[in-house]
Amino acid sequence: MGQLVEQVVNGLQLGFVYALIAVGYTMVYGIIKLINFAHGDVIMVGAFVTFFGLVRGIPWPVAILIGMVICAALGVGIERLAYRPLREKGAPRIAALITAIGVSLFIENFASLRIAFGPDYRQFPAMVTRMQWNVFGVTISSIQVLIVSITLVLVLILQLVVYRTKIGKAMRAVALDMDAARLMGINVNMVIAFTFAIGSALAAAAGALLAAAYPQIWPYMGIMPGLKAFTAAVLGGIGSIPGALLGAVLMGQAEVLTAAYITTDFKDAVAFALLILVLLFRPAGLLGKAGPEKV
Amino acid sequence: MRGVSMKRFLVGLLTVSMLVLAACGSSSAPGAGSQGSTSTGSSTSGSGAGSGSKVIKIGLIAPLTGNVKTFGESSKKGFELALEQAGYKAGDYTIEFVAGDDKGDSTEGVNLATRFITQDGVKAIIGSVTSGVTIPVSLVANENKIPMITGTATAEGVTVNEDGSRKPFIFRACFIDPFQGQVAAKFALEELGVKTAAVFYDKGNPYTVGLAESFRAEFEAGGGQIVAWESYAEADTDFSAVMTNVAALKPEMLYLPDYYNKVSLLAKAAKEKGLDVPMLGGDGWDSEDLDFGALAGNYFTAHYSADDPSPAVQKFVQEFEAKYGHKPDSFAALTYDATNILLEAIRVANTDDTDAIRQAIQDLKGFQAVGGSISFDEKGNPIKAATILKVNADKTYEFVTTVNP
Amino acid sequence: MATVQKKGFISAGIIVALFVVLYVLRQQGVISTYWGMILDLALITTTSAMGLSLIYGFAGQFSLGHAAFYGIGAYVAAFITKSFGGTTLNFAIALAAGALAAAVVAFLIGLPILRLRSDYLGIATLGFGVIVKVFFDNSDKVSKLFGGSMGMTGIPRITTFPWVFWSAVLVILIARNLVNSSHGRACISVREDEVAADIMGIDTTRFKMLAFTLGCAMAGLAGGLYAHLYAFLHPTNFQFLKSFDVLLIVVLGGLGSLTGTVVAGMGVVFLQEILRDVLGQQFLDWRGVVYALVLIVLMILRPQGLMGGWEFSLDRLLPRRTKGGKASGTA
Repeated sequence: MGQLVEQVVNGLQLGFVYALIAVGYTMVYGIIKLINFAHGDVIMVGAFVTFFGLVRGIPWPVAILIGMVICAALGVGIERLAYRPLREKGAPRIAALITAIGVSLFIENFASLRIAFGPDYRQFPAMVTRMQWNVFGVTISSIQVLIVSITLVLVLILQLVVYRTKIGKAMRAVALDMDAARLMGINVNMVIAFTFAIGSALAAAAGALLAAAYPQIWPYMGIMPGLKAFTAAVLGGIGSIPGALLGAVLMGQAEVLTAAYITTDFKDAVAFALLILVLLFRPAGLLGKAGPEKV
Repeated sequence: MRGVSMKRFLVGLLTVSMLVLAACGSSSAPGAGSQGSTSTGSSTSGSGAGSGSKVIKIGLIAPLTGNVKTFGESSKKGFELALEQAGYKAGDYTIEFVAGDDKGDSTEGVNLATRFITQDGVKAIIGSVTSGVTIPVSLVANENKIPMITGTATAEGVTVNEDGSRKPFIFRACFIDPFQGQVAAKFALEELGVKTAAVFYDKGNPYTVGLAESFRAEFEAGGGQIVAWESYAEADTDFSAVMTNVAALKPEMLYLPDYYNKVSLLAKAAKEKGLDVPMLGGDGWDSEDLDFGALAGNYFTAHYSADDPSPAVQKFVQEFEAKYGHKPDSFAALTYDATNILLEAIRVANTDDTDAIRQAIQDLKGFQAVGGSISFDEKGNPIKAATILKVNADKTYEFVTTVNP
Repeated sequence: MATVQKKGFISAGIIVALFVVLYVLRQQGVISTYWGMILDLALITTTSAMGLSLIYGFAGQFSLGHAAFYGIGAYVAAFITKSFGGTTLNFAIALAAGALAAAVVAFLIGLPILRLRSDYLGIATLGFGVIVKVFFDNSDKVSKLFGGSMGMTGIPRITTFPWVFWSAVLVILIARNLVNSSHGRACISVREDEVAADIMGIDTTRFKMLAFTLGCAMAGLAGGLYAHLYAFLHPTNFQFLKSFDVLLIVVLGGLGSLTGTVVAGMGVVFLQEILRDVLGQQFLDWRGVVYALVLIVLMILRPQGLMGGWEFSLDRLLPRRTKGGKASGTA
């Protein structure tokens, strides 16, 4: 029994990291209906920036913050240079999607060049001392506590921003109906940029946490977590922040429990099969709004 | 309206025909090929231009981009150092070289090999790094009678076909897996005195699979028991689930025969779940980027020790560090050996006839490589000794013992 | 002679002439072995892309799992020739079987999945692609011949230029005929406005399934050809990132343009190889960076794709008696 609980905790660790990433995905999708494939690579940049900070002896909360700021800027930059021109042209959504893929490829390949980060797998230094505690027969590590607590704090702050501030209201408005929001005098471009900034900052934090949990960074580290987190966001209902959290936690559990009790060979398959099953019964995701299509 | 459509059609047609023409053009123009070959630095242009027409071109195929770019880069460094040390000459021949990127993808590797052989006039190939790419490339090389030596691809299927027949032109400079696994198992049973072990391997990587299986065979034959036999995928980073399971089985040691990057993650995950037991691995551990802290006190089978006073090893380690600013890893060392083996064979055969070069490689006896003294068996595999090294927290290795086959 | 028949003869004539020219150039070595191989790969890629062009470009079904069907075709075809020998007849059977297997799987998965809306369909097909790849990784549990995660070797190398060329032609013809038929128009209407089509009485499910199954069969055929050209299959050849490559081609070429798909399919493969030359030894690892940049710039400058829905047609080339009496000009 203790082992099952421990596995669930393992799943939570994974799930919470996915959650932080998924929230960023879902926010951007909610507002401009774009699957930002470059999100996974922002995670990677965040991890690397934090790494460079830690290696210079900067205390980890500061290093993570620096990563978040830099990635926020990166996210805004990407939006401005790659996505906004298409939006303004009224280009079909698929064009933005392909551009997103291009941006993702660009960041990955550029990062692996020697003049940038380089292709090596680097060991990520420990941010907190690795300790284990035995709680009711279950081994819990300091890293797990770190991940869960930081994720909760960040998500709480996000909730505050989205539901208690003016800019948050503007974000919700634009997500609901961009044209109407514009007509109401909201500076849509700025709101979108802000959304990207927050999403990317969260991704940076996720990158740092990912590196804390699995202490290795390399230019392609963001692809799989990005994909899984995006799947989690869809699972929960894309565009819904609580949905992203729920989906991520579920994905984490599905992966870990499959690895633990069935076989590691199938864990990815199970996670995606779960997704397909959910979509078949709830086509808009678990918490998504399956609104009637207006004609 | 019609005019505009016509324009677009022509643009499309023009683009495609330009591309095709460019392709045909560069295939017939001799200049284009050699432009690619006078590579990094002025090295080859200095020795090749004008002075005598006895030139042999060799090609390096390695993953210079993609997920395992770091291994490919190491490989290239070993390759280039060997050539530089040889003064770009072997026998009466000047050596020109060209490097290509296979992106870690078998399709790219085959395209590249085909290009090297049929277009760039490459007479021998060093590469690639992973068995997944090396096997299909070896088919192309063998068919075209081009000798090929891989430094690091360990799957049996690299040098032999599915039906067991040998591909005569293909060789390798590394152990095949059975030997390393056996050495590790013996060490575990005799030196570490353990009776139970848990094995973790990447099921998509013939290197780890081969080591794991030969370890298991030898370990069980010696009375040991494998309590956990866990596979994972290359992209996996989260091992918490499987480590929780394995920790409950209380193995006395872990066998982690993967590359240094995966092993670092596995070791940390194991420690986190309380699995503080000795760990054993293979030559893939050998790298500056290994997590020395997590793996201190553990052992791995290697093909050389940087402390080995033999001149071959010292020359390699010191000059590598001088040229590149960091210590070589196993990928660099093995590709260095592969290149030197090829150069030696060319020197001995002193011809650009590829069959003669092949024979010279096959006939090599006791060639002093970094990895020890090398002779090839009938399957194109080298017969060489293994060293056991211990990892120290201060980023050094401690020599433990050498085991001969 | 009726214009339609005349057009048919001219088209056939051009295609046969093209084949003969390319074939002779290869035989004579003007097109080197290497570039011939790249040409084969480009044609195979185009064949596969045709399938996605039908599925997404014409029927508007956002499928991100195309590589999986390519893989199914490859593995099935290879299994047959490995088991029963690589004779020409076996090869034809194998290719057909590969295409059929892909079609059957597409049919089965399409029934439940095609109900989903655009982005959800995308992620579902993406997920399906991952599941198929995991299956390939574990395929050695089904039969040792499949090779599992270590890959499938020993496939007879029997794909030759004629096979590749005529398969591509076949696929393009089928696609073109479908698109110009009432079935094709129905598919397009589903893409344009599914609700309206539904109201107009079009059986949207039927046409979505038609496009999807047919498109995946084309991918399967391409996969079978690929398997016998490179003689080695590895599950990583069919991972989800490869589906993006095909999607890229279809979008770059222009949605709703078969010509665009052909141009983009051939172009992308050749571009990758040419970048090798252009970049030279010093910048080998910049190939991916440049490729990505080209992609981004192309999409921003021309988001509707190279051909943007325009289609090549002999009509525009042939002199025609129009109402105004003007013959269409050839440039």
